[in-house]
Amino acid sequence: MKLKLTTLALGAIMAAGPVLADLVLPSLSYRTGPFAVGGIPLADGYADYFTMVNARDGGIGGLPVRVIECETAYNTEKGVECYEATKGEGALVYQPFSTGITYQLIPKATADGIPLHTMGYGRTSAKNGKVFSHVFNYPTNYWDAASVAINYLLDENGGDINGRKIALVYHNSAYGKEPIRTLEELAKKHGFELSLLPVDHPGQEQKSQWLQIRREKPDTVLMWGWGVMNQVAIQEAANIRFPMEDFIGVWWSGAEADVIPAGDASNGYKSLIMNGMGKNYPIYDDIQKYVVDTGKAAGVGDQIGTVLYNRTIYAGFLAHMAILKAQEIHGVADITPPMMRDGMEALVITEEMMAANGMPGFGPEFEVSCENHGGPGVGAVQQWDASAGVWNQITEFKASDKSIIDPLVEADSMAYAAENNIELRCN
Amino acid sequence: MFYREAGDFSTTYPEDSQTFPIRFDRYRYYVVLAFAFLVVPFIINDYWANAILLPFLIYAIAAIGLNILTGYCGQVSLGTGGFMAVGAYACYKFMTAFPDLSMFINVILAGLVTAIVGVLFGLPSLRIKGFYLAVATLAAQFFLVWLFNRVPWFYNYSASGQINAPERAEFGILVTGPNASAWATYLFCLIFVTISALIARNLTRGSIGRSWMAIRDMDIAAEIIGVNPLKAKLSAFAVSSFFIGISGALFFAVYLGAVEVGEVFGITKSFLVLFMVIIGGLGSVFGSFAGAAFMVLLPVLLKVVGVDMLGMPTDIVAHLQLVVVGALIIMFLIMEPHGLAQLWRLAKEKLRLWPFPH
Amino acid sequence: MSDQFLYAIEVTLNGLMAGVLYALVALGFVLIYKASGIFNYAQGVMALFAAMTLVGIMDGQVPFSHLINATFGTKVHHFGWHVPALAAIALTVGVMVALAWMVQRFVMRHLVNQEPIILFMATIGLAYFLEGVSDLMWGSEIKKLDVGLPQGGSRWVEDATAFLGSENFYGFFIDKLDMVATVVAVLLVIALMLFSNYTKQGRAMRAVADDHQAALSVGISLNFIWILVWSVAGFVALVAGIVWGTKSGVQFSLSLIALKALPVLMLGGFTSIPGAIVGGLIIGVGEKLFEFTFGAMMGGATENWFAYVLALVFLVFRPQGLFGEKIIERV
Repeated sequence: MKLKLTTLALGAIMAAGPVLADLVLPSLSYRTGPFAVGGIPLADGYADYFTMVNARDGGIGGLPVRVIECETAYNTEKGVECYEATKGEGALVYQPFSTGITYQLIPKATADGIPLHTMGYGRTSAKNGKVFSHVFNYPTNYWDAASVAINYLLDENGGDINGRKIALVYHNSAYGKEPIRTLEELAKKHGFELSLLPVDHPGQEQKSQWLQIRREKPDTVLMWGWGVMNQVAIQEAANIRFPMEDFIGVWWSGAEADVIPAGDASNGYKSLIMNGMGKNYPIYDDIQKYVVDTGKAAGVGDQIGTVLYNRTIYAGFLAHMAILKAQEIHGVADITPPMMRDGMEALVITEEMMAANGMPGFGPEFEVSCENHGGPGVGAVQQWDASAGVWNQITEFKASDKSIIDPLVEADSMAYAAENNIELRCN
Repeated sequence: MFYREAGDFSTTYPEDSQTFPIRFDRYRYYVVLAFAFLVVPFIINDYWANAILLPFLIYAIAAIGLNILTGYCGQVSLGTGGFMAVGAYACYKFMTAFPDLSMFINVILAGLVTAIVGVLFGLPSLRIKGFYLAVATLAAQFFLVWLFNRVPWFYNYSASGQINAPERAEFGILVTGPNASAWATYLFCLIFVTISALIARNLTRGSIGRSWMAIRDMDIAAEIIGVNPLKAKLSAFAVSSFFIGISGALFFAVYLGAVEVGEVFGITKSFLVLFMVIIGGLGSVFGSFAGAAFMVLLPVLLKVVGVDMLGMPTDIVAHLQLVVVGALIIMFLIMEPHGLAQLWRLAKEKLRLWPFPH
Repeated sequence: MSDQFLYAIEVTLNGLMAGVLYALVALGFVLIYKASGIFNYAQGVMALFAAMTLVGIMDGQVPFSHLINATFGTKVHHFGWHVPALAAIALTVGVMVALAWMVQRFVMRHLVNQEPIILFMATIGLAYFLEGVSDLMWGSEIKKLDVGLPQGGSRWVEDATAFLGSENFYGFFIDKLDMVATVVAVLLVIALMLFSNYTKQGRAMRAVADDHQAALSVGISLNFIWILVWSVAGFVALVAGIVWGTKSGVQFSLSLIALKALPVLMLGGFTSIPGAIVGGLIIGVGEKLFEFTFGAMMGGATENWFAYVLALVFLVFRPQGLFGEKIIERV
């Protein structure tokens, strides 16, 4: 055992190598394990974005970006190992794409002074910058998602969903439980009936839940699923001939891999989105030119343009802009994690910035502030066209119902602050 | 040459029955302890603590616990993850309900709660044996995880059902929470590991340990010679669950800090600890340490070699890890079915004769 | 009839079907346990491996392409052909037989006469190994498996039974895939029965299951029988993999179906093929009915633990399972 420890230490020293000035962005990926379906496109997008930035712009502010990929298999302990292994390299921001690992890193990263960006997942109340100094979840979060979905139903039904039956099918974990409280509040406000149907991990067997849906005939089914649960739910919905138009998934339940296994039966399935989809953006010409044609594409290279790939292109873009902002604020190119945090807190995303980067209209325009780390909280709805094999955006990006969500965020974040004796910032 | 009992004369019974009868062995043990307590805390950094040493120490406690049940008493259990969850949630409830209570007491109380739960789920063992029992303990595993996920009281009604360890200090030094320093958390766990190992060693060579082993070797025969199977089996479940509960509490409060029950204490954890026990060696306290070290270190080692040194893609390394771990398990079993502990024993036998093997 | 009662019947029917699916997985365990006393933890991973191999062969994927590309910087992914389903299944059976031979040659042969827990551990090692190999060979992304099995609720059953209840009752929902699975399971069990009762090899297999030494002494090759048993288990794994893979796509979680088979095994007994079927049916109906009646009250997602608790209750009364061999202990 001792021998092993020594070789390990040796390995760690050799791996550290000479220190070069670069911008380090760790990517806690999961290309294996139960959620590899989602993890592969997510990891590919993030890596490809920065490969493209390095080749096209020569890095950010003249410094190359180094993406360190570390495999977590969606496992919390491996996530901790990856965090500890990469934080010493000067990691600027962590984006774990896992709610479990996020909860894990919130206190750790805050103590280490490294910002954490959890886009549309993680701890929703981290939106409150007064409590969570180092956690950002712009542009949107789960509770916004729940509200955006309900708003969409309101729009569809002329503003009245009183008495409608809405069922939530959710992954029985922290992630899946997030929207429940919001939906309960919304149910009180709008008078719809909410029923909850938990599905245990991994969600391969959902017959009971869908038979119950068939019996109770809800008007709308919402889904908070991830991994194999998505495919099975969509297949089961098709099996009971539940109208796909009334089936809306969150943005983690709306990728190509989720609907394709069900074939034509999945036609009309809807899901939320927080960023643009498809390949009709100029940035894909750059990715083709600098990444694919030079043979540097991450992974197998077959994920380009898919929903989740676009999501991390967007995540990469937001990190890119935050680095630029931080460099601007502090006037140095080789920024540190605390500087990165300042950049994220002062981040302003405008249409011109997106257009200049080849992503016009890819996401909402927003500003981050000290109090609000959550951005505008908008979302849109997309619908699957099975015969063409594409998602179509069917609504604009619309805001959520802040009168419901803000008090919830306030209450949850204050409870956290009280439990952990956190002093409020931004006074 | 150095490692032999020549010249080592025991003059009292306690001397004769001590854990390390060979002088060299004894000194080596003291040196290891001194190194662990006096040197490591000064050179430890965050990576070593959080990625390697804490999981190793905590898994070692869990493995000692399961080894008592499976290795000494012969009751195969796959409920380890569930029992660790009991420890973690009990610790969380004590920590939040009594903020002034010492962490040492919290952890021990968590162990006691787990012991009670363990005895409860151990009751079927009086009737069910072998693999049937192993599968029956899965009922505990799934039920407990469901329960902690389901009943909001256990996670203090937080929105997502996660539990977060608040900061707690011991003698003015933080041992839990994100600001705790690496050496403090390490020492805190090390104290528990050392005491657990001592207790386990002394229990297993005492009368209660002998009754466990009698049950393991043949329960009917043991019953006939007067070992009470009810007492032996349930005490094994209690002691084993106590240790597992402690490890679960440390796992949550000191190592991870935030826990989601289904993900962290799922069925994979039960299997992982069982692997540690079998690879390390059934019925050996040292084996528990060796098994925990093997299962914690090997993936990290393979990752360092594959990703950092050879520069291979992370997913290929992750897949190769599975292949290598699987192949190594099979190889170990073929070469030495009784685990790393047996290899160690053989090595010691060889050492005693070295350098003149005949 | 009241709708509630009809719903209960519907749930029961679906429970029976689900039970058949569980039994399909459990069968593989029983075969190996009966013949060699090995509790084969790798059965679930074998189903995953078989399904992945089947999809890979059908799509003409190059095995280990990712590894080859990463090592040699090449770009090979597909051979560019598509193999028809039946031929691909035949090829996959061949792969499973080869796997059985390798397991016997490189693992089990060296572990003859070891304690059950050691053998169990070896199959865990095998599970790790196979999982890694199947990911390396075919990649870990999700794959669609389509060998032409029908899917979706059967309209015919719905229309034929809709008259039973009120306006709100649509008729019984029964998945066509489940019906196919039931037929396949029945055929499989009949085939296994015929094989073990009426063929020379089958009888040899039973002889080995009864008594290793006696079988050896009448000239039965243990080596051959064990390869045979592992091959048959591999074939059962393939069938389970096809059915479950059609349901949910082929990916990592497929290996977790083994967990659904464990309570079935407990209930039916590790050594009985009819036990696996009956156990599967009881578990399937039990967990679905429990979820139906008490699920809403208890907050749902009770199926996982209830299956085990149900099996546990049965075991307390029959410690060797419903159909397991009576455990006779002597000092």
